[in-house]
Amino acid sequence: MILTHFLKGGIQSRSVLTMIGLLCVIAILIPIMNLVVPPASPFHVPDHLVPLFGKYLCFAILALALDLVWGYCGILSLGHGAFFALGGYAMGMYLMRQIGARGVYGNPELPDFMVFLNWQELPWYWYGFDQFWFAALMVMLVPGLLAFVFGWFAFRSRVTGVYLSIITQAMTYALLLAFFRNDMGFGGNNGLTDFKDILGFNIAAPETRAALFAASALTLALALLLISSMVSSKYGKILQAVRDAESRTRFLGYRPEKVKLIAFVVSAIVAGIAGALYVPQVGIINPGEFAPANSIEIVVWTAVGGRGTLIGPIIGAVLVNAGKSWFTGVLPEFWLFALGGLFIFVTLFMPKGIVGLAKKLSNFSRPNITTNKPQSSDGAIAKPAE
Amino acid sequence: MSLPVVLRSIFSLVILLFFLAGQSIAQDSSVGTVIQKFATAKGFSQVGKIIDELGELGDPKAAPALRALSEGNLKTDPSNNSVVIVSGDNLLDPVTGETISEAAGKSLKKIRIKNSLRRAITAALSGMTLRAQDAEIRRSAAQTIFDTSDAGQLEALEKAITAEEDASILSLMKQARASIVLNTTDDPAAMIEAISVIQERGDREALSLLSAFEASAEGEPKQAAAAAITRINDRLELWEIGQNVWYGLSLGSVLFLAAIGLAITFGVMGVINMAHGEMVMLGAYTTFVVQEIFRQSAPAFFDYSLLLALPLAFLVTALVGLCMERGIIRFLYGRPLETLLATWGVSLVLQQTVRTIFGPTNREVGNPSWMSGAFEIGELSITWNRLWIIVFSLAVFAILMIILNKTSLGLQMRAVTQNRRMASAMGIRTNWVDAMTFALGSGIAGMAGVALSQIDNVSPNLGQSYIIDSFMVVVFGGVGNLWGTLVGAMSLGVANKFLEPYTGAVLAKILVLIFIILFIQRRPRGLFAIRGRAVDA
Repeated sequence: MILTHFLKGGIQSRSVLTMIGLLCVIAILIPIMNLVVPPASPFHVPDHLVPLFGKYLCFAILALALDLVWGYCGILSLGHGAFFALGGYAMGMYLMRQIGARGVYGNPELPDFMVFLNWQELPWYWYGFDQFWFAALMVMLVPGLLAFVFGWFAFRSRVTGVYLSIITQAMTYALLLAFFRNDMGFGGNNGLTDFKDILGFNIAAPETRAALFAASALTLALALLLISSMVSSKYGKILQAVRDAESRTRFLGYRPEKVKLIAFVVSAIVAGIAGALYVPQVGIINPGEFAPANSIEIVVWTAVGGRGTLIGPIIGAVLVNAGKSWFTGVLPEFWLFALGGLFIFVTLFMPKGIVGLAKKLSNFSRPNITTNKPQSSDGAIAKPAE
Repeated sequence: MSLPVVLRSIFSLVILLFFLAGQSIAQDSSVGTVIQKFATAKGFSQVGKIIDELGELGDPKAAPALRALSEGNLKTDPSNNSVVIVSGDNLLDPVTGETISEAAGKSLKKIRIKNSLRRAITAALSGMTLRAQDAEIRRSAAQTIFDTSDAGQLEALEKAITAEEDASILSLMKQARASIVLNTTDDPAAMIEAISVIQERGDREALSLLSAFEASAEGEPKQAAAAAITRINDRLELWEIGQNVWYGLSLGSVLFLAAIGLAITFGVMGVINMAHGEMVMLGAYTTFVVQEIFRQSAPAFFDYSLLLALPLAFLVTALVGLCMERGIIRFLYGRPLETLLATWGVSLVLQQTVRTIFGPTNREVGNPSWMSGAFEIGELSITWNRLWIIVFSLAVFAILMIILNKTSLGLQMRAVTQNRRMASAMGIRTNWVDAMTFALGSGIAGMAGVALSQIDNVSPNLGQSYIIDSFMVVVFGGVGNLWGTLVGAMSLGVANKFLEPYTGAVLAKILVLIFIILFIQRRPRGLFAIRGRAVDA
């Protein structure tokens, strides 16, 4: 019953269904093209590209998570990188414990950086991370809990608009400073790295990487299904009502703070999972992931693809990151020009992103739920539309 | 720099060097001739006269020779009748301390002294420094005696006290005498008197001296010392609070400068300018360029470079701000979140532009002479650049208050802040007000950049390090209220500095951030919120 309802919501939109299908196909195809197709063939995918594509997919999950709160609820979070990084750290802690006695100092209990800092025993918050199920639970629980506490306070006292954006930024900045400290027990400046195994498989082996890629693609498909069913349910309608006219929704008898809180927590959990998939593929997690600039970059992926659409953020994340890889390889000095220009161009000329533009071009006319109305909650300081 | 200027300055430098060298040679020789008299001196009385003569000269250059004499290392070389210092295997010149030759194979004659002469030497040595012409030398001599409590110096010190005219050095000498008395006398009354003199000093050195005394003393002096220690501790605690407040105000004024421009644009236009930090950076780079020009063409006026950099930085950043407003932001009114993103894009472009032109590394911006150095008030060391920045931030605050309250632009800005539609209906050109506000806010940021270039590294990332702090100040202080920004910045600065001794700098910052996040929950519109119908959503 729940499952049918769930699926019905998910497959209502044809483009979402197409995207889910496409993701399932590449989840199988890319590993085959990497492992089975001989290197001489033009269809062969080289080893170094698999984790790169996997990284793009993790970013796509993250952008999708942001889209749930920004595109559908009007909460511009400038701190989603924090949830991503927390998920990543939880996974990183598991991977650190898996190194065991193979570290530089050969201590079976303590990770290298703790031996280096002369720590005698494992801090209590590292307990349990040698078990995968526990780490997987923490990947979801820690970002979810932070989002719950943060959102509960913020939404209850009606912090909205740019104020909310700024305190989310302050949150990720505070975490950045905290994780840079050595005595936090998370490796300080260097973060967690030198991973060896995941679930008993060598993390650098092409087979493991292909499996991680497939897992990322399937997770993205699942996240898409989850979020699309969320936004097309009755809850999704209220969510969008909160976005377009928060006060009016409140006067109609709904509790906007609860509606927002659910979306914020779900989004944070999805972002945490994205981080957990990201870390084994890039092989490192460090406090740099908490940098406020990273969180703002997530926003631009979503904006480029089209916020308030479900496949937009995925397209945006993949395109922008592919562009980043290309630019940093060919013209490293111009990447920031390109990124900055993209920010300005998209906000000025493509408010609905690539997907919105495509819709406009193909004259696809159905009642649009993603209209950019001025957010009434900002009316205090915003210039009313003239 | 033009060639004749270079030549002329080199020429004058050379002349100056010759002059200085000539002078020091002359002085050396007078000390040197007196010292050479030891070679021909016969008997203790003549040696004593020469010692007195050196003491009267009062030149510290004679000190090594006198010390060598009291240690028995000052000898005569009969072969050429000269006086030398023996140090290990080498013979040293008694005045310059340079090695003349090796001691081996030479029959040297020791200049003999007795105990009365040793006392004369010690007196001459301390007299040399305690009664030197230079007040700083006297001061440091008295300080040294205080630190060592050397009883042998008492006599010289007494003499110096009767001759001293500078009040502060006199009291320092009296404290030095008290420190000697405290350690030598058996008379409890004298001890207590000495304790009270030392207590007046009231710093850490006095504290350690008294603590050492208290540990070994008995009876009444012990109690007096204990009481003095408590009083000094109380005083030091007060100074420490004063120091924290000072550091906090200094940090707060920096925060204020960085945030005030943001507060204006945010208050009037509801626009979050993420490129605000880059305006600060542009102001700092303008300072760098102005200083480079001064260094190249008019080094003599380098001290005034900041005075030119201030208006220039204002103009440059105000112009950039105006272009931003006219080119981008005016199309995004009513969409504050989009504005935030677009201005972030501008900030990336500005950063990369500066990085391309000036390179990614720090550029050196010099302090003019009136901004370098420090002075002391009690236990507080106050650096001039920090003091000037506090003065400057207060001046900026005053000017902005006047602009907002006394000019027609200010009146219109306040009207638009309170109710944009009504202001527009009353005939205010809100578009023009927006553009001017944005230019003003950006210009102020540029001037802040000039100030920050004096205390921070000028790099393309300069703006990034201030932007989050500035946001915190603005949301904490409340929007559209200059007093809110001032109070917010100062209280955050002071809170940070009071937390730092307990938690360390990073944790203090984290705690302040958490405090602000919690504070926003209680008062979503900041410390000084504007109230009224127009403000509520």
